[in-house]
Amino acid sequence: MAITIRIPTALRKLAGGLDKVSAEAGTVREVIAALGLSHPALAAQLLDEAGNLRSFVNLYANEDSIKELNGLDTVLKSGDDLSIVPAIAGG
Amino acid sequence: MSEQVSASVLDLVGNTPMVRLRGVTAGLPERVEVYAKLEYFNPGGSVKDRAARQMIVEALADGRLSTDKVLIDSTSGNTGVAYAMFCAALGIEAHLVMPSNVSQPRKELIAAYGAKIIFSDPLEGSDGAIELAHQVLADDRTGRYFYPDQYSNPANPRAHELTTGPEIVRDTDGRVTHFVAGLGTTGTVMGTGRALRRLAPAARIVAVQPDAAFHGLEGLKHLESSIVPAIYEASGHDQTIWMGTEAGWAMRERLGREEGLVVGHSSGASVEAALRVAQGLTEGVIVCICCDHGDRYFDPRKLQRGTSAVAHV
Repeated sequence: MAITIRIPTALRKLAGGLDKVSAEAGTVREVIAALGLSHPALAAQLLDEAGNLRSFVNLYANEDSIKELNGLDTVLKSGDDLSIVPAIAGG
Repeated sequence: MSEQVSASVLDLVGNTPMVRLRGVTAGLPERVEVYAKLEYFNPGGSVKDRAARQMIVEALADGRLSTDKVLIDSTSGNTGVAYAMFCAALGIEAHLVMPSNVSQPRKELIAAYGAKIIFSDPLEGSDGAIELAHQVLADDRTGRYFYPDQYSNPANPRAHELTTGPEIVRDTDGRVTHFVAGLGTTGTVMGTGRALRRLAPAARIVAVQPDAAFHGLEGLKHLESSIVPAIYEASGHDQTIWMGTEAGWAMRERLGREEGLVVGHSSGASVEAALRVAQGLTEGVIVCICCDHGDRYFDPRKLQRGTSAVAHV
């Protein structure tokens, strides 16, 4: 069940310069857990000290915000994209 | 005619009110005064009306802009709203390049003014919008575009040097000791700072930046990881306060509940920074900028993926 995680420019330095990484996972929570193993510095930007998704982090499963779906328990299937979308800065 | 009657929406910019903060400042000495300058009183609802107007007025005056041109710029939203509003009033076409995850209220505002939006990749952030604007200009063979380039245009800080700074000095009777504002295009800090150094030289200029490249303080720029605006000079401020997203958001929430001020994320960061400045003072007059109102911030439910697609919302 390979999910493609799309990395925003602001975080690529923490993903070895990659704009995409893939993970074997069935839910958003499992994707983040997999990221925690493969790219811990990147995952640390997404999670608070208690391991919850930080409130300002916007994740989209394909085109849909996971806030409109099932949050961290949103089910993903092989071939889905999970996008990490940054806040809009400056001007 | 009464002075309350203006010839154009361009004349309604500036002279925004300041309000003394009394709730979130509990515990500070009475002689430490903290004021929020409420930029959402501008006609387009944000501080960006000042820079947009100045850039447009200067370009009209020297012929770079006219009604047969199309104004194009990249924006995170508020400058786009300002451009769209002024261009509508002047009969000029406007094309605005913005990341597609810009909030729906902003898209609707810009559409209401009749401007066109060109969406850039949301994952590329504001720098992706800058790069897409450059690409549209490079591909253009018509020569119809006027590109104010808010990140490089000296008229952006000049707007604040001519208006925001003198207003603060006037409205504090020259007593201002600290000026606090976030860095986005950096025009507010650079220009207001320049005016204050001339008119109130004892005042310290304090800039606020997100403490990390990936943050949720919409409108603010983490300069180290961004394209640094050409108008920015490190010597233009005396101090930087690094702000965490959660701290800025928490203050934003308190401002709504304790002051009756529903403001955007960058305003929460600005006020939180002002309170950090206030800690430890026994007296002072601190003025911080609230850039816009809080009604423009809602994350889109749908992610629009395509880059460079021209879309009418």
